[in-house]
Amino acid sequence: MYRITEKRSLNPTVTLMEIEAPYVAAAARPGQFIILRVDENGERIPLTVAGYDREKGTVRIIFQIVGATTAALNRKNVGDTIPDFAGPLGKPTEVEGLKKVCVVGGGVGCAIALPIAEELHRLGCEVHTVIGFRSKDLLILEKEFAAVSDRLAVMTDDGSAGRQGVVTLPLGEWLAAGENYDEIITIGPLVMMKFVVATARPFGVPTVVSMNPIMIDGTGMCGGCRLTVGGETKFACVDGPDFDGYLIDFDEAMSRSAMYRDFETAKREEDCNLFRDANNV
Amino acid sequence: MPNMSPKKNPMPVQDPAVRARNFGEVALGYDEATALDEAARCLNCKNMPCVSGCPVNIRIPAFVEKVREGDFEGAYKVITESSSLPAVCGRVCPQETQCESKCVRGIKGEPVGIGRLERFVADWHNDNVAAKPERPAQNGHRVAVVGSGPSGLSCAGDLAKRGYAVTVFEALHVAGGVLMYGIPEFRLPKKIVRREIDTLRALGVDFETNVIIGKTLTVDQLFEKGFEAVFIGSGAGLPRFMGIPGEALKGVYSANEYLTRSNLMGAYREDSATPILRAKRVAVVGGGNVAMDAARTALRLGAEKVYIVYRRGLEELPARREEVEHAMEEGIDFRLLTNPVRILGYQNENDRRDPKNGFVTGIECIKMELGEPDASGRRSPVEVPGSEFTLDVDAVVMSIGTSPNPLIKSTTEGLTVNRRGGIVVEETTGLTSKPGVYAGGDAVTGAATVILAMGAGKTAAAAIDRSLSGKNA
Repeated sequence: MYRITEKRSLNPTVTLMEIEAPYVAAAARPGQFIILRVDENGERIPLTVAGYDREKGTVRIIFQIVGATTAALNRKNVGDTIPDFAGPLGKPTEVEGLKKVCVVGGGVGCAIALPIAEELHRLGCEVHTVIGFRSKDLLILEKEFAAVSDRLAVMTDDGSAGRQGVVTLPLGEWLAAGENYDEIITIGPLVMMKFVVATARPFGVPTVVSMNPIMIDGTGMCGGCRLTVGGETKFACVDGPDFDGYLIDFDEAMSRSAMYRDFETAKREEDCNLFRDANNV
Repeated sequence: MPNMSPKKNPMPVQDPAVRARNFGEVALGYDEATALDEAARCLNCKNMPCVSGCPVNIRIPAFVEKVREGDFEGAYKVITESSSLPAVCGRVCPQETQCESKCVRGIKGEPVGIGRLERFVADWHNDNVAAKPERPAQNGHRVAVVGSGPSGLSCAGDLAKRGYAVTVFEALHVAGGVLMYGIPEFRLPKKIVRREIDTLRALGVDFETNVIIGKTLTVDQLFEKGFEAVFIGSGAGLPRFMGIPGEALKGVYSANEYLTRSNLMGAYREDSATPILRAKRVAVVGGGNVAMDAARTALRLGAEKVYIVYRRGLEELPARREEVEHAMEEGIDFRLLTNPVRILGYQNENDRRDPKNGFVTGIECIKMELGEPDASGRRSPVEVPGSEFTLDVDAVVMSIGTSPNPLIKSTTEGLTVNRRGGIVVEETTGLTSKPGVYAGGDAVTGAATVILAMGAGKTAAAAIDRSLSGKNA
């Protein structure tokens, strides 16, 4: 069993937790992920590692409440346990030797982008950061990014915080103004990463994307997380989750991510109804 | 006098029409009278040809004789001298190519139903004997086993019986490996696997789930933690796909994923948190046991039509004969000498947001014929030009094998793997190129059977014992 040692709400839909998992904390590196189950009959879901404390033996996860499992996880509190927490899985993000990087995060993806930005900063790399959210209410980790970024742009769709617009707006401006990045690292919704790649492509800046497809075991056994990368089938769990953004077939990945949309919608409604009934009693 | 009936006592089974819609066990097992009658068919041959057909060398005539005497617990003791998982092997071993293929009774008639008797004995023990084995005296040596599938369990069981402190590391959240995630409930009830694992726990074997060796801990770290030998039984790995167009469509599964969702995650239950596509028409590509399991699972998940698409003929189907027969009885449509060319998907050109876009609608196949025998002596299938046709399906399950998992080899220095990625071992000991590290099962051979993996686990356990007890002397 794995104990929850800290829980904090970052915004109405995003929660941070620290989980006691000494083996994982000892081995984890930025860019890797874990798989957890919330209860004995629960599904296995992958979540990217958002930080770790090797001394305390804890791993930080930051998740958005999007379905029945993340809702159930969010109902757990400090001191509660979850039955399964396995990892670290996947390859770490390659940060060695980079001198100047633009990190582009969207929504809850910023939670995963932060440890990478922090690691780059620690290694003496110049870090430029763009983070984007739907609105001010959903903005997370602005201070933390500011602390490790040499240049920071905060974007919201509605302009309620930072500047109005999408993340590719400042990225495109910076590239056009002649910023020479060794690499762009982007983490967020598939459609956002697709457009970050499209923005970077004319400038030829290598762009690494972090993929988070549907997964079960996370160890290379099921093949559910497969992606087409440069015309080849790759498994995100063992070959990734980071890939060369220029080679990813994003349209296919977006289609595959919607495979269980009907099931998920039904589960969410069931879950909400259960709660409504419970609250009415 | 032996029972000279030329035929085996038939295995009682659930009615095909009924069982195709439930996940209950298909084969129901012999009762005592049938077991006594079947055991009496054994001639108790002095040279015991059957034993040579058994990868773990169970003393078959000795256990069958105990059954004939009505000493079922005595029979159980004979089997467990050699096998850690009798209730499992009695159900899933391909006896027709192993012990039973060597049986003298098989020359003029059917061989003795050795597998059915093994299953009867194991079930009788589990139903009638409550006593758990006692933990043997400890010899002070520690061994780590990577993976809790058949090879790992067999290695762990043999070492524990010899007094070793064994820890089994399992990547998933439950122990059992392929016995839990791969083989379906209707062929191998999970309570049987759990009971076999509980027996190992009683022997003192420790199970640590959620530990992925190669990621959470490396093999070298296991030695640093004080383990003196490591057995790698991490199983087969990455599922293979054909590389034909359409394999990324929604509704295309690897057999591993399809079966894992249903078996391990319980997606066949209505209240499951894990989804699985409840397809009405399903094509399963491949002809092995895993393909049969996937096809029969599809039926039980509510499919109206299920095809097996296999590029060779009936005789070449690698699956256990009984599984093929059961699948045919249940109405699976075998499209033999048939090979997929591409998978077709729905695409509404006028509406890119149509939720049906990207889902499977069919599989285009081509007829095959057997050509000249190749170097291996097998006749390779070749395409019949112009014979393409389409099967309308809404799910496709690819069951064409696996390639070894890269996690351990990529993080373990000094471990030699072959061209196909299998770990290279000495056949008689299971020792790898890295001192103190042994391996067996699918991680070495690529996809094979439960009993071969168990045999490899046993071989390695004996070698580990020789090596570590030698240190003591």
